[in-house]
Amino acid sequence: MKTVLKGGRVIDPANGRDGEFDILIDNGVIARIGRDLPAHGADVFEMKPGWIVTPGLIDIHVHLREPGQEHKETIATGTASAVAGGFTAVACMPNTDPVNDHAGITEFILKKAMEAGRARVYPIGAVSLGSKGDQLAELGEQRHAGCVAFTDDGRPVATALLMRRALEYSQMLGVPIINHCEDPSLKGDGVAHEGYVAARLGLRGIPGEAESIMVERDVSLAELAGAHVHIAHMSARQSLRAVRAGKDRGVNVTCEVAPHHFTLTDESLDGPVKYDTNFKMNPPLRETADRDAMIEGIVDGSVDVIATDHAPHHIDEKMVEFDRAPFGIVGLETAVAIVFDRLVRPGLISMKRMIELLSVNPARVLHLPGGRLDEQAPADITVLAPDLAITIDAARLVSKSKNTPFDRWQFVGGVAATIVGGKVVYRNAAAN
Amino acid sequence: MTTSAETPTAAVTLKSRHLLGIAGLDADEISLILDTAEAMKEIGGRAIKKVPTLRGRTVVNLFFEPSTRTRTSFEIAEKRLSADTLSIATATSSVTKGESLLDTVRNIEAMSPDMIVMRHSSSGAPHLLARTCRSTIINAGDGMHEHPTQALLDAFTIREHKRRLAGLKIAIVGDLLHSRVLRSNVALLNTMGAHVWTSAPATLMPSHLSDFGVRATTSVDEAVEGADVVMMLRIQHERMHGHYIPSLREYFTMFGLTPERMRRAAPDAIVMHPGPMNRGVEIDSAVADGPFSVILEQVSNGVAVRMAVLYLLSGRDSVDPLDVH
Repeated sequence: MKTVLKGGRVIDPANGRDGEFDILIDNGVIARIGRDLPAHGADVFEMKPGWIVTPGLIDIHVHLREPGQEHKETIATGTASAVAGGFTAVACMPNTDPVNDHAGITEFILKKAMEAGRARVYPIGAVSLGSKGDQLAELGEQRHAGCVAFTDDGRPVATALLMRRALEYSQMLGVPIINHCEDPSLKGDGVAHEGYVAARLGLRGIPGEAESIMVERDVSLAELAGAHVHIAHMSARQSLRAVRAGKDRGVNVTCEVAPHHFTLTDESLDGPVKYDTNFKMNPPLRETADRDAMIEGIVDGSVDVIATDHAPHHIDEKMVEFDRAPFGIVGLETAVAIVFDRLVRPGLISMKRMIELLSVNPARVLHLPGGRLDEQAPADITVLAPDLAITIDAARLVSKSKNTPFDRWQFVGGVAATIVGGKVVYRNAAAN
Repeated sequence: MTTSAETPTAAVTLKSRHLLGIAGLDADEISLILDTAEAMKEIGGRAIKKVPTLRGRTVVNLFFEPSTRTRTSFEIAEKRLSADTLSIATATSSVTKGESLLDTVRNIEAMSPDMIVMRHSSSGAPHLLARTCRSTIINAGDGMHEHPTQALLDAFTIREHKRRLAGLKIAIVGDLLHSRVLRSNVALLNTMGAHVWTSAPATLMPSHLSDFGVRATTSVDEAVEGADVVMMLRIQHERMHGHYIPSLREYFTMFGLTPERMRRAAPDAIVMHPGPMNRGVEIDSAVADGPFSVILEQVSNGVAVRMAVLYLLSGRDSVDPLDVH
């Protein structure tokens, strides 16, 4: 079974490749990358003018909700959503029910992902048992079962001592600790960014410092432990300052930013629809200075990765009073369009940088295969259509949940096709 | 048509069919409500305190938070306008059985009420109803956000004493951070051209308070100096647990309104409090019960203002509110 991708512009930053190449896929792996490859005996996948062929995109911050919260998402629906968004692989967060703090659960997730046969799934295990912050989970066993990192995401690792031990231990296992940085006492029962908008709307605030205080702590602890810490869904300008300071002195710290944090601000809460819970996420949408700082960090390279924090919630859970609604929005199917429209088209970043943020660096940060197009490697490839006009329609998202703040938004730039292990698992009818 | 010369003749109407907050009302709309309330107040002085204006209309008072004053005030206002009224308090509602707010309200709506007056502990809860329900929604207090009829009755009371709102110095003192009364009053008083000063311990001031268009000071004396109106806000005992204040005793010493502090205010100043009062915490009894106090007048005026709001939102602007026939 051979397929040849014919005539696209291949951008493969890790191999320094940018030009018109054909890619021959044979038996799930990339057999050859070259010009004018013979197509005989192979299915031809003809590229349209302007299409970009890239190493498969990887989203390292996804909540697949299974086991335990299948009314929000399942591994099957979540990975279908991923490939519809151009992602050939996702790393899934352990705050399932039960928490993925045990090799048995990791194995269950991998088995379900295999059965679904869409995107590749890399489980992230819990740092502590039940993510309760008391006792280290069996990180070694989980690593052996397939976990690629550890986090208590949804909750921060609250004590400095546990964080230190987790960093030291995971360093031994060769994987990073990912932390959801947020000082619980400063967050309190906050539901929105602490700023003028929340003050006006009478919503309890979460200051940017609730995040940055813990980023500063974790940068110091990574330095102490000589370990790699990855800062999840960074949102505050003060946090970016802390990450930059750490990188400047050689600390092994990396960070990610979610599309909503470089696109939206807290003003959305006071928009035409006030108190719309599809604008409620944690960390919260912050003010313009923070949003602009996130863009600046993406542009200057301080930010390593764009990750969606795809957090599906059922409409019944979201259609409640603002302070009672769960935090989080879906993101897998809107990320590429937002990155194109808000970063690439305005000329803030190049197409190459986009692919670094969505593929090369996610693979590097979590030591995953992929992020590059190598001969003899699995053919995980994303085909992008930079000129495709997109209108987001929440009702038609592939994800089981429809909680997006971008319903009816129009963007230019999208996904044409997604190929995992040589198999075309998604083709966008609108692009083809 | 007894006093139609003095009362507004629908020169302006309210633009929204709900009253979710003061934010969004313009000066004409606020004046319309206050002017209408003057006519309504006259009804309360009659031997037979009832007009048929809302006869056949059903108003549901849905209170998810304890309230005596506001709920009673709305009920009396509704009854004086001849509406059929029903009050549901949280203890007797389905909410305790795990039903969502929307389901509770949808069930009530299935019985075709015309208006729902709601008090809820979550900011924005009435906005959720307004965009999903058929009924007119009146916000009787939502979380820390707004309490529009309180601000309207405060303004009505100030106007009765001062004949105007524009140009007055109004000091608001107390727990600003958690106060929906503050937010509604600031929106109203700013729109009407008053000069608002606020004072609180630094821990009980909302962030970005200066963006609200008010003067903020931690010195009560500075806020009260020359004030025409001093409005005190309640301090909740629980605030000590959140590290907002060290003790009620210290709070009273530093921020309590005493007769000595009131001497700094204008000689004809009035003292207001939305209730319920903590005597000896935010206000000295000598002030609360003293000559400056209009606290009970506020309560009386609440009925007239709520009658005005109910009437104006009923859409029956062709009917004279004073028509007793």
